[in-house]
Amino acid sequence: MDKLPLFPEQASTFAPGVDHLTYFLLAVAVFFTVLIFCTIFYLAIRYRRRSDKELPHAPHGGMALEIVWSVIPFGITMVMFTWGASVFFNESRPPDNAMPLYVVAKQWMWKIEHMEGQREINELHIPLGRAVRLTMASEDVIHSFYVPAFRVKQDVVPGKYSTIWFQPTKPGKYHLFCAEFCGTRHSGMIGWIHVMEPQDYQRWLSGGAPEGTLSESGQKLFTDLACSNCHKADGTGRCPSLEGLFGKTVQLANGAKVVADEAYIRESILHPAAKIVAGYQPVMPTFQGLVTEDGVLQLIEYIKSLGPKPVVGGGGALGK
Amino acid sequence: MITAAVPERENYLNYKYGIKSWLLTKDHKRIGLLYLFTVTLFFCLGGAFATMIRIELLTPQGNFVSSETYNKLFTMHGVAMIFFFLIPAIPATLGNFFLPMMIGARDLAFPRINLLSWYLLVIGGLFSLFAMLAGGVDTGWTFYTPYSTTYSNSWVIATALGIFISGFSSILTGLNFIVTVHRMRAPGMTWMRMPLFVWSHYATALIQVLGTPVIAVTIILLFCERVFHIGIFDPTLGGDPVLFQHMFWFYSHPAVYIMVLPAMGIVSELVSVFSRKPIFGYQFVAYASMAIAVLGFLVWGHHLFVATESVYSALVFSFLSYFVAIPSAIKVFNWTATLYKGSISFATPMLYAFGFIGLFTIGGLTGLFVAALGFDVHVTDTYFVVAHFHYIMVGGTIMAYLGGLHYWWPKITGRMYPEGWAKLSALIIFLGFNLTFFPQFILGYLGMPRRYHVYPDEFQVLHVLSTAGASVLAVGYLMPMVYFIWSLRYGKVASANPWGATGLEWQTPSPPPVHNFDVTPIVTHEAYDYSTVIGQEVEVG
Repeated sequence: MDKLPLFPEQASTFAPGVDHLTYFLLAVAVFFTVLIFCTIFYLAIRYRRRSDKELPHAPHGGMALEIVWSVIPFGITMVMFTWGASVFFNESRPPDNAMPLYVVAKQWMWKIEHMEGQREINELHIPLGRAVRLTMASEDVIHSFYVPAFRVKQDVVPGKYSTIWFQPTKPGKYHLFCAEFCGTRHSGMIGWIHVMEPQDYQRWLSGGAPEGTLSESGQKLFTDLACSNCHKADGTGRCPSLEGLFGKTVQLANGAKVVADEAYIRESILHPAAKIVAGYQPVMPTFQGLVTEDGVLQLIEYIKSLGPKPVVGGGGALGK
Repeated sequence: MITAAVPERENYLNYKYGIKSWLLTKDHKRIGLLYLFTVTLFFCLGGAFATMIRIELLTPQGNFVSSETYNKLFTMHGVAMIFFFLIPAIPATLGNFFLPMMIGARDLAFPRINLLSWYLLVIGGLFSLFAMLAGGVDTGWTFYTPYSTTYSNSWVIATALGIFISGFSSILTGLNFIVTVHRMRAPGMTWMRMPLFVWSHYATALIQVLGTPVIAVTIILLFCERVFHIGIFDPTLGGDPVLFQHMFWFYSHPAVYIMVLPAMGIVSELVSVFSRKPIFGYQFVAYASMAIAVLGFLVWGHHLFVATESVYSALVFSFLSYFVAIPSAIKVFNWTATLYKGSISFATPMLYAFGFIGLFTIGGLTGLFVAALGFDVHVTDTYFVVAHFHYIMVGGTIMAYLGGLHYWWPKITGRMYPEGWAKLSALIIFLGFNLTFFPQFILGYLGMPRRYHVYPDEFQVLHVLSTAGASVLAVGYLMPMVYFIWSLRYGKVASANPWGATGLEWQTPSPPPVHNFDVTPIVTHEAYDYSTVIGQEVEVG
């Protein structure tokens, strides 16, 4: 059966749940398909035309029947809805202690950034049994992060961050596919997820990250781009201090308030005029085109590292 | 050569000859045939693209065509099949021909606009055809941004303009049908006496008129961004790529019902005629069409479950999607119940109707799968979805279309098709279809993404099965094309009402006279009252 598998491998905590839902859906579908096929087959044979002149007299309507075959299917579909929704709801809420990772998708590769500084292309090494939360950005078009063995998929949309999480339950090597058509080599935008025993993963991690942690790279970029000229730590610069910014509520010039999360910081780097902090002038130039999505992620990690404390589910592995 | 058969009586085919008499005709029947010719060409074109796709997918490596070509093939397959075959197929050919006849009218309300509709489809088709010949387009038929606006180096604008133009063909056809049904019914043809084919076309027409302008607007915005770099969808220009998906599916989901509602209309006719019984639950079937047309506008968001739509929107769209299932289920149950104590004939059109019910049932039930959020996350953008919508569009729409063509062929041409060959082809199509698309459900659940030129080895066996099925299917589709043409000269001459049907279109000679009816019919009974056509009664049951 190696050549003809019928069910994909179950390698995440979601997989059994999704498959149970599938069994239910399949059971309903098989039941109704067999019911309709057999009924048609039986009736067609039983009442086949025997004479060209025959004219049947039979009921051609029945309120009770109409109600029965509307209400029962509706009830069944509501079970499907509720079941599907509850599976989905779990998939959309990463646990607080999930290990954060960054993914940058571009034509036609997956770039993975570990907090510890390791970078991978089309490969993702993760430890067994630990929830992992990916924050994903796209450099160009829409891509979609899809791991069939985990039963998860999430589009990666340029201009915003999307997140996906999963918890692997089985060591091994699993397909990573791009599921959203993204251009010529779309089918080449594939990779492998390596689920490793925790001690193997630690060994892999200590293999070294030549460029330092993600936030260290961010700090270097912060200096190189001369951000520190205006964003002074003591708040005396022309732009607001970034100390302890992450996760705080920011008062804007137009009276609105916004929580300083990843999306807000990304927007402030690429479209600085979109949200002006109260008490400051819109003097910052855009960095769109000057800094890549990877760079933005590094800057965000650096800003997170400026304290006070990482937001829930955000930078759990900071400063390691 | 058609007319040689019945030289003694003037009909819509022989009353005038020459190319001008066709290209400038205002006769809905002749326009129907112009459409038949046009959509058949696009079907062959789309089929040729599909053939190349299936050949490429025989092996995991991309060794038949390049990735660039492959991407163009599946895009052009989708564009040709959806916009230039499936959407116009039933309404513009059979609908055009028979909707006026079934309500006892001499023509559609606006014959000139009807001709204009055909020209718009042809002009739009030529635009898209030009794009295909000039180098093709590689965005997928969905044209997702920002790939289509900023990154693709292919003929996006020409293709999109072709779709834009053909959209007006669809709008005008819908408008014509709505006005015709409201204003031109024969005396006594009340709403509740209308054949279900007319009801389902009326519902379809509402979608065409209300939905198609949205895709027109979407294409204009796409044009503005691609040509003038006005930021609408591309985030580097300040746009939102997901906005495009909302707008696209706001039309394109209801468009699925433009394709399948007329098919349901045909099946209602066929099941009734070949059971010689009124449709069970006539009113429920009629209103179910209207319900599908309305609910179809409320579910577009189920295409965006993983496209960064919010969790709560996803919940609402999943919930609403299940509501569309109910009217569809009602139809299937009523068709099945119609067989009860009927007088069931196994003529070819009925075989297609059985095929439709079976395949539509599978397509519809797998629709319930993908509407379930937790399930859809895994299979969206995989072959599961590809299989699902081919069960609806090919298993549903094309089966019904072929059933309808066989059923009305004697009326259209005055000739019978060869019954034996037709039965054989119906069987081949049913088997070939299932062999092609059933393995794709499994492929999708295993994780095979759609639009992949190169794929991992473990999927090969299922792809080979699918390609084998496609070759069977191709044979099945070629057979009717051959014997339909053959029948024009050699087929048995058809009587006015070879099936013992009750529709007004059968109460006039085959082929029909220019103005359909020599005397305006007066309707005195409900649709499907077979006691009016079957003289001698023999009790069965």
